[in-house]
Amino acid sequence: MASICFYFQVHQPFRVKDYRVFDVGRDSEYFNDDSDRSINNKKILHKVAGKCYLPANAVLLELLNKYPEFKISFSFSGVFLEQLEMFSPETLESFQKLVATGRAEVLEETYYHSLSFLYSPEEFRRQVAMHRAKVQELFGVTPTVFRNTELIYNNALAHEVEKMGYKGIIAEGADHVLGWRSPNFLYRPQGTENIKLLLKNYRLSDDIAFRFSSKDWADFPLTAPKFAQWASQVNGNGQVINLFMDYETFGEHQWEDTGIFNFLRHLPEEIYKHPDNDFITPSEAIERYEPIAELDVHNYMSWADVERDLSAWLSNAMQHDAIQSVYSMEDDVLATDDVRLIDDWRRLQTSDHFYYMCTKWFNDGDVHKYFNPYNTPYEAFIAYMNALQDMKLRIHNYRAPENTSPKEIPVRHLSA
Amino acid sequence: MRVLMFGWEFPPHNSGGLGTACFGLTRALANRQIDVLFVLPKKVGVSASFMNILFADTRKVKFHEIESNLKPYVTSDGYVRERDKMISDIYGNTLLQEVRRYALRAREIAKKEHFDVIHAHDWLSFLAGVEAKKVSGKPLVLHVHATEFDRTGGQGVNQDVYDIEKMAMEYADGIIAVSNFTKEKIIKHYGISPGKIEVVHNGIDECDYADIPDRLSELKKNGQKIVLFAGRITIQKGPEYFIRAAKRVLEHNPNVLFLVAGSGDMERQMMLEAAHLGISSNVMFVGFLRGDDLSAVYRAADLFVMPSVSEPFGITPLESIIAGAPVLISKQSGVAEVLTHALKTDFWDTDDMANKILGVVSHRSLWQTLWSNSREEVKKVTWDASSKKCIDYYAKLICDCGVPPEVRVI
Repeated sequence: MASICFYFQVHQPFRVKDYRVFDVGRDSEYFNDDSDRSINNKKILHKVAGKCYLPANAVLLELLNKYPEFKISFSFSGVFLEQLEMFSPETLESFQKLVATGRAEVLEETYYHSLSFLYSPEEFRRQVAMHRAKVQELFGVTPTVFRNTELIYNNALAHEVEKMGYKGIIAEGADHVLGWRSPNFLYRPQGTENIKLLLKNYRLSDDIAFRFSSKDWADFPLTAPKFAQWASQVNGNGQVINLFMDYETFGEHQWEDTGIFNFLRHLPEEIYKHPDNDFITPSEAIERYEPIAELDVHNYMSWADVERDLSAWLSNAMQHDAIQSVYSMEDDVLATDDVRLIDDWRRLQTSDHFYYMCTKWFNDGDVHKYFNPYNTPYEAFIAYMNALQDMKLRIHNYRAPENTSPKEIPVRHLSA
Repeated sequence: MRVLMFGWEFPPHNSGGLGTACFGLTRALANRQIDVLFVLPKKVGVSASFMNILFADTRKVKFHEIESNLKPYVTSDGYVRERDKMISDIYGNTLLQEVRRYALRAREIAKKEHFDVIHAHDWLSFLAGVEAKKVSGKPLVLHVHATEFDRTGGQGVNQDVYDIEKMAMEYADGIIAVSNFTKEKIIKHYGISPGKIEVVHNGIDECDYADIPDRLSELKKNGQKIVLFAGRITIQKGPEYFIRAAKRVLEHNPNVLFLVAGSGDMERQMMLEAAHLGISSNVMFVGFLRGDDLSAVYRAADLFVMPSVSEPFGITPLESIIAGAPVLISKQSGVAEVLTHALKTDFWDTDDMANKILGVVSHRSLWQTLWSNSREEVKKVTWDASSKKCIDYYAKLICDCGVPPEVRVI
């Protein structure tokens, strides 16, 4: 028996606009670009909703109605859900309909899709709690399985998440961690008691997410019968096939004309042709199967790039500078008790900001460039650091309320 | 393969990018076992001993000098003013006459020499290329380093120069443009079919920039940051945008020194502009620099800015990166096509320019990431790569020319 476990990541960051040094002290709206550029959050959300969320949700609802045993799971970032409420309530509603079937599980993550676990465990716990509250509010369910931002994972995270009461956690099935072992079983994170670990089958996942429309690929074109055949080969050699991917795979990364929606529409019927196969959610997998072994993951791994490490967010000096700067403000920001200020600070923790500053692939102009709304990683950094500079001024204003002259404070602060 | 090449300036007597480019390309061709016969006006003064310094194997490169009454077109006074002066009533049409005389001599050379392809650099040598093709029937390649529209910033285009450029482009078998930016100009302003234009970006050879002296460290002792402009102070190079951006930067950070290295017909105007804006104490005009002096300034700089209004290629940012300063370049430049690790701006957007300058001088991490990545990138932008593209293009044109004229498709 091999069960297909689908988990779709659904996330959109609040991108920082072209925020210039001259805006510091004058404009504290960092995320409200209204140009035609891809840093216009509203425009992007509408575009992706039209190309991916709405049509893909329609296909999934059709499948859930047609096959009573069909199951899926989602992880929504809090900042994504917030943007749905702001810009596209009808898309939120279509997700709510899927969850209401009882066969679309919602996973837990940090509200701000942040790297907070690496820099501030307290902030990490606060953001998980915020996410939990948001999911309960919008979907009426309480997640029991955790997935960290970009599948960043190590032993310490599993410990922490177990302490927080989750029964499962999700990670990448990276070769350098698994070695000869298979991602198609559950594992026990090293040193934990109860929590179980589900690992992404990246080969089969990436066949859909990355290679689906690649004409250079020997197995092109990928059809539902072919994929179902590969999945059933796991029978006898695994229990669960974890297909984890960005939800934007459907219609946004792989456009509709590649046939991706038809592939999705026909996959269940092909999977069911092999009587040993079915679909399962992460929490069901955890109920049904016991860990096959303990897995020791000392260093951080993630699902990004061939390296499967932290280098997409933390490899050059700019990225380290930016992330250390934002977390160094934690005590001062929280001390203000200013809801807007704290929210802005947390939005600036979203991992995408640091991803946009990555230069390791910039020479090759490859697929990653597609995901960068800024002309260069350097522009992303400049806008981000200018916004942080404005944050510092806002904090400063709390500290010294008598200095309220709006012209004086910026100048003195900048030259300090 | 043997190339008959026509040029107008050559190091060490060059003051523009054209001479640097001719030299870099010729040396790389020679290293790839291509024979080059380089024809130059006499006053350029290419001595045999200097050639031995420039070229490892002088058997591959021969120079042929043509007597000329004129000095090469560029002096430290800048190209536009010089050329306009020459073409003006004072000299009558001497420059144009000289260009035609050069062409007639080229004809004689082409009759005597054996070669497979003709390669002419910029309009001053285009007529020479055309005459050489007429007598030899060999394919002619024009190498466009700049058009009349770049040199004048689009204002006051000289009709005679334009006519020579256009006629030669139409007559040539192929055109090499130093960038897609220049290719577009050739299509738009000269009506040439895109299929007839090959883009070959310029390169840079690192070996020419070894042991750069560290002379200006005193200036930086108090933590002052240095932002550099280096180039002719002419309308094409956009110096006024540099001065305006400087004003914006200084409003936020007074501890930045702006260096202007170069000379040209707008120099006085720029000094007055800086004075008018009240920033003279932070803007230093250091005059025309070359060689080690220029390299030392690059090395001292925290950022090199090239705000050109129209820059067909622009080798100076590559030199700057090798010497130690990352770059901010205008999007209206060819070099922007080969540099991804550079800050880029529209030349007219002085707020954006100032924002990026402040980003670099305020954040060491940005400086470090930008410079180290661009340093790696420049290693791939070599004259050898350019020469290979040229050789492939020669081969294609020679092959095309072997076909009877009536069925030739260009």
